[in-house]
Amino acid sequence: MDALTRRRFLLTSGVVGAGALAAGAGAYGLRDLLDTSGDRDPQSRTLVLVTLYGGNDGLNTVIPYGDPAYRAARPELAYPDGEVRRLDDDFALNPAMEGLHKRWSSGGLAIVRGIGYPKPDRSHFRSMDIWHTAQPDRPGNTGWLGRWLDGAGGDPRLAVSFEPALPPLLAGAHSAGAAVPVTDRKAAKGLPAETLTAFAAAEAGESAARGRAAACFADLRSVDEMIRQVRDSAAAETDDPDGEQAPATATGGARTPLDAQLDLVAQCVEAEVSTRVFSVSLGGFDTHADEKQLQAVLLGQLDRALTGFADRMSRSEAGRKVVVAVYSEFGRRVRANASDGTDHGTASDMLLLGAGVRGGWHGDAPSLTDLDDGDLKYTTDFRDVYATLLERVLDTDPGPVLADWKGRLDKLF
Amino acid sequence: MSDREAVAHLLRRATFGPTADEVDAAERAGPAATLDKLLAPARADRGAAATPPPTLPADPYAGLTKESTREQRQKANAQRKEQLQQVTLWWLDRMVAAEDGLTEKLLFFWHGHWATSAQKVKSARVMLGQLETLRRHGRGPLAPLVAAMVRDPALIIWLDGQKNTRKAPNENLARELMELFTLGIGAYTEADVKAGARALTGWTVDRRTGVARFEAKRHDPGEKTILGQTGRFDAEAYAGLLSAQPAAATFVAGRLWFRYAGTDVPAPDGLAGADTVATLRALFSSPAFAQTRGTLVKQPVEWLVGALRQLGVRPSALPEQQRKQLLSGLNALDQVPLRPPSVGGWPAGAAWLTTSSLQARLRMAGMLAAAATPAVLARLTAAPTAGRPDALARLLVVDGWGARTRAALTPLAGEPRKLLAAGLVSPEYTVS
Repeated sequence: MDALTRRRFLLTSGVVGAGALAAGAGAYGLRDLLDTSGDRDPQSRTLVLVTLYGGNDGLNTVIPYGDPAYRAARPELAYPDGEVRRLDDDFALNPAMEGLHKRWSSGGLAIVRGIGYPKPDRSHFRSMDIWHTAQPDRPGNTGWLGRWLDGAGGDPRLAVSFEPALPPLLAGAHSAGAAVPVTDRKAAKGLPAETLTAFAAAEAGESAARGRAAACFADLRSVDEMIRQVRDSAAAETDDPDGEQAPATATGGARTPLDAQLDLVAQCVEAEVSTRVFSVSLGGFDTHADEKQLQAVLLGQLDRALTGFADRMSRSEAGRKVVVAVYSEFGRRVRANASDGTDHGTASDMLLLGAGVRGGWHGDAPSLTDLDDGDLKYTTDFRDVYATLLERVLDTDPGPVLADWKGRLDKLF
Repeated sequence: MSDREAVAHLLRRATFGPTADEVDAAERAGPAATLDKLLAPARADRGAAATPPPTLPADPYAGLTKESTREQRQKANAQRKEQLQQVTLWWLDRMVAAEDGLTEKLLFFWHGHWATSAQKVKSARVMLGQLETLRRHGRGPLAPLVAAMVRDPALIIWLDGQKNTRKAPNENLARELMELFTLGIGAYTEADVKAGARALTGWTVDRRTGVARFEAKRHDPGEKTILGQTGRFDAEAYAGLLSAQPAAATFVAGRLWFRYAGTDVPAPDGLAGADTVATLRALFSSPAFAQTRGTLVKQPVEWLVGALRQLGVRPSALPEQQRKQLLSGLNALDQVPLRPPSVGGWPAGAAWLTTSSLQARLRMAGMLAAAATPAVLARLTAAPTAGRPDALARLLVVDGWGARTRAALTPLAGEPRKLLAAGLVSPEYTVS
């Protein structure tokens, strides 16, 4: 296996570098986070990054309904003028995005159009690696927020994901964020507590994987505490996973519903934990076929989860210092395919809301007719947004994290 | 490494988990003869013969029409789910019963490689058909396997192949075929994806019968240039072109290494053989393979099936409630056969080692220990109390316990079922 493929397997498998392993990725419970309550500068902000796995169709999210080329390119898939939620005379939101539309009207939603990177890659896994590592030329094995964490002292509790496996974006060179499990929280029975405690000990000369297996026992106690602390937001998971509707081909994303993940984020923020970065995700956007209904269901989930979270955050001092950023690994082809879906494309939109975010348009809308082999030409590099978030939300010099990237999105804050 | 350790390592990786008796026999035969026998079993598999795949009635959806009521649809949906559960449980039972453990585990490898999920395919018959195709070609050379898979109904449905037409090609199948199944990323261009999608046009699936068929009028017969070759490629010719790329054999050998040896030790060069059995021979014979002992995290299905074999428990012999617990346990561990989470297959390594998965393993270990046969328990209790941790290591085919685990196990020596459960969740057992 060549080095590139090997690395890709590591990333797509959720297996991060040995440094991250040693740092104990995953070995934290919510209790550990709640224990950090009050350990932070009350002025500091919090970043919540929402990853949409599968490649969300940007053109049916922020819809260029005023451009005749939009309807011409996807006659069956385009939304009629009467259905869209208008933002201005040219653009509108997907009908499913009622809450975000309201937020836009009150100036609380920023939309960055035409976001992408040079020489776009249309593989889900590769493009997601690029967004996670912020290294389009040659994705390495550290995530951009992992590198931020390296520079911020490396305490895993500063960067948290509520997914069973650690997303690569939180893996640094020397440290890694914490993956805090939220599902399956029934207490373990059967074996005495002393046995579990004994298994938690490290054994000299053991492989990294066996060390990790032992470290899981060390964490059980805090997870058990967590069960008593947190209301059971995983209950929503009992829904039938197989409705009649055929879903898109899966390409990743958390199984815990987005609203449940954001509920936990909200609890942590309100408890003023030390965490500065939360990573949450929603999968299922790989809509090669019968896209319209599928995407609307997912965007509806996103809309309700985001607006519910934003409303809740507006009610506390700590919550008013939270910034939310939403992205996907790529947009989709301008022209629909014959299956009423779209194939993998390039540039798309990012949505931002929260503390100090200036609502309205950012970045130029790509042309629907001046295309690069059927795909949109990006107008804003995603690293401009990352750099701006590092500077304005995480109070960090983006230089060491983003290889001295100079671009910024000046009017975002 | 002693001969016993060497054959135990080989059997742990090449099969779903050997029993102590199987390791005894392999030790007597020696490592070389053990490998030969694994790769080319001398006799027909009686365990597989005794567990034939279920014969399923017609797909419940076949009887539905546009006029069918909501109730009829819901009923068909429920029947489909029941059939899928039946096939999944049959497969688990087969994994436990089979004598030719290498072939059974290889089938699971291919299932994770061509990762197709019933979540979208929905039909148990179509999923079972894919397993039969993977079984038929899984041990042989790559070309017939790829040629069969581009016409496999489940794969076509999973990656929208039936919607890929001359008028508007759908690239989903062509892209994943090159990126994930044959060549690996970087070995093709975007233009190859587009041209490959055109080559695959015309194949559709009759959802009533579950059969794939070619519709010439949907096919794009024009000239395509793929990987530098120009011609009127159709699905079969395109599959042949991919299989003939040197990158394909190397890529697939790398994937085998990833699953059978892990990531701690890089794959040695030159593993790829003329067929999969030859590649596996090179893999298991390489000095690097021996170095990987104790580093590979068992996938949940490997962990469960190995434990069932060692504890003498057949899923088909369990009461229905416990059979369902096996499936819900695998669901909690995030690995249910026929339902990979992504077209990229299941994760590996430390991704399986989280606190939530440990809790699920603890629950399952308790259930498995309760189901262990009296004969298995007798093997533990035959040893004096002080010797029971060692008897447990023999039963579970663990080379030995470290001081940490021995300290955890020793106080449980008087309670054999708890001792069993503790052994199953120990780091030494979880990571092989």
